[in-house]
Amino acid sequence: MRNITIGQYYPADSILHKLDPRVKFLGTLVFIVSLFLIKGLAGYVFVTVVLATLVKLSKVPFGMMLKGMKAIIFILIITVIFNMLFTPGEAIFTIWRLSVTKEGAVQAFRMAIRLSYLIIGSSIMTLTTTPNQLTDAMENLFSPLKVIKVPVHEISMMMSIALRFIPILMEETDKIMKAQIARGADFESGNLIKRVTNMIPLLVPLFVSAFQRANDLAMAMEARCYHGGEGRTQMKPLRYEKRDYIAYILMLAFAAAAVCFCIFGGGWI
Amino acid sequence: MEIIKAVKLCFDYMKYGEDDSKVERVRAIDDVTLDIKKGDFIAILGHNGSGKSTLAKHMNALLVPTEGTMWVDEIDTAGEEEIWKIRQKAGMVFQNPDNQIIGTVVEEDVGFGPENIGVPTDEIWARVDDSLTKVGMLKHRKKSPNRLSGGQKQRVAIAGVIAMRPECIVMDEPTAMLDPTGRRDVLRTVHELNDKLGITVILITHYMEEVIDADHVFVMDSGHVVMQGTPREIFSEVDKLKKYRLDVPQVTELAYELKKSGVDIPAGILTREELVEALV
Repeated sequence: MRNITIGQYYPADSILHKLDPRVKFLGTLVFIVSLFLIKGLAGYVFVTVVLATLVKLSKVPFGMMLKGMKAIIFILIITVIFNMLFTPGEAIFTIWRLSVTKEGAVQAFRMAIRLSYLIIGSSIMTLTTTPNQLTDAMENLFSPLKVIKVPVHEISMMMSIALRFIPILMEETDKIMKAQIARGADFESGNLIKRVTNMIPLLVPLFVSAFQRANDLAMAMEARCYHGGEGRTQMKPLRYEKRDYIAYILMLAFAAAAVCFCIFGGGWI
Repeated sequence: MEIIKAVKLCFDYMKYGEDDSKVERVRAIDDVTLDIKKGDFIAILGHNGSGKSTLAKHMNALLVPTEGTMWVDEIDTAGEEEIWKIRQKAGMVFQNPDNQIIGTVVEEDVGFGPENIGVPTDEIWARVDDSLTKVGMLKHRKKSPNRLSGGQKQRVAIAGVIAMRPECIVMDEPTAMLDPTGRRDVLRTVHELNDKLGITVILITHYMEEVIDADHVFVMDSGHVVMQGTPREIFSEVDKLKKYRLDVPQVTELAYELKKSGVDIPAGILTREELVEALV
C-alpha cells in the first residue's frame, strides 16, 4: 500500500535531478512511446542499456524503483498469463484445453519487459523531479491550451497538491486501518463483496478527514495570498540551459534509433 | 500605534439541522473591542468554542465581521480591494502542520507566499534564505516536509509567513499537535521574531505556560473578551479563570492555594523561582 513511488521525490545531486523538468517529461513520453515501437532482440538490448545508464546517472538506489514495481506486479502477472494462453499460434505444450503458444510466450515476454521498463522509466522521472517541478513543466508545456480556456494553472496546482497529499493520506489510511482492526474490523477474509463492504469503516473516516484537510489547506492557501495564477511570480522559473539542449539532442537520437529498430528490427522476438 | 483594532465586533454563523432546513443563527463573537499595539506579544486564551479561532480568522480577513469593524494596520478588513494587502501584513499559522504546507520541498513551501504576491524571483530566493535562517531550518531546506517532525513543520510554516514580510503573525494554536520539544522550539522561534524583528505576535492557545511571557493577555469565553491584562494580573484571579474552564500554571495554583490557607505571599506568581523567592 505505502510503496507506490509515484510522487516520491528522492533528493540527490545528479545530472538528472538538475535537468529541466520539461526535458524529463518529454523524455519520459518519448521513452514510453519508443518502448512500444521497438522490435527485435537488439532493440531490447539497446533500451536496456539506455535505461541502465539512466538509472546509474540518477544516483537513486535501484531498490527505490523496484518498489514501484510491487504495485503493478498483479497486472504484470495477469498480462503475462493472458498473453501466453490466448495468443494463437504454434503450441509449445498443452494442459487440458489451454495451450501455451510460441508466439504467446514471445508476446508475454515482450509485454513484461515493456511494462516493467515503463514503470522504471517513469519512476526515474518522478524520483528525480519534485512534483512541483513536474506540474510546472506541465503547466508550461500545456500553456498554449489557455487560448481555448483550459484552466492550465488550476489543473497543475490541483495535481501538485494531490501529489503532496498522497503520502499523507496513505499514512492516514494505515492509521485508520490499524485503529479499525483494533476494534475488530476484518479487512482480510470473506469473498469479494464482503471485503468491499468491510472497507466502508475505512473509507468513511478517510473521506471525512480528506475533506477536512482540503478545507484547512484552502484556508491556509488563502491566508498566504493565493488567488490563482494571475500576477504570480515563480521561485523556480523554468529556463533551459546547455545541458537541457544536449539532453534534447540525445533524446532525438534515441527516438531515431527507436524508429530504426521498429522498421528494421524483427527476428524471433 | 495599533496594528489591529476591533470595535464592537460581532460574527454570526449559520447552523444547519440534519435535514438542511433548520437554520439557526449562532453568535461566535459578541461585541469584542480590542486594540493590539505594534511590536507586542499578545496571547488570547479560551477553552474550545470560546470564539478565539474565529477572532483570529478576522485578523487575516478570512472572515469578515457581521457587525462592527476590524482594522489591520488601519485597513478595514470588510473592503474587498485590499484583502491581499491585509493578508500580507497579517500572516497566519494554523494548528495542523500538515494541512498548511503546500510545497513538496521545504524551500518551495516558504517561497509560496512571496510567489503569490508577485515578488521577483531573485528576491524570493533572498527571502527564503533569510526566513529559513531566522527559524533555524536552513539545513533542512531541500527536505520533503513529510520527513520533518511536527515542530519543524510548524517552523517551516512560520518561515513561510515571515517570507511575506508581515507586520504581525497570528498563530492559531500552533503547538496543539506538537510534543514538548517541538512546542518549546516553536515558542522560542516566535519569541525571537518578536524580540529581534519587532513582529507583533498574536498567540492563540489554551496552554497556560505559553502565556506567561506575553505582554498582554485576552481571555475569551462564549464570544466575549472576559478578562484582559498582563499575565500577572490575569493569573492572580485563579477563581475567575477556573470559572471560564481554564487551568492556571501549576506553580501559580500552588501559590494561590498557599495564600488561601494563610501563607503570606504576593498574588499572581508565575514561575517556580518567584515562588521560591517568596517563600524563603
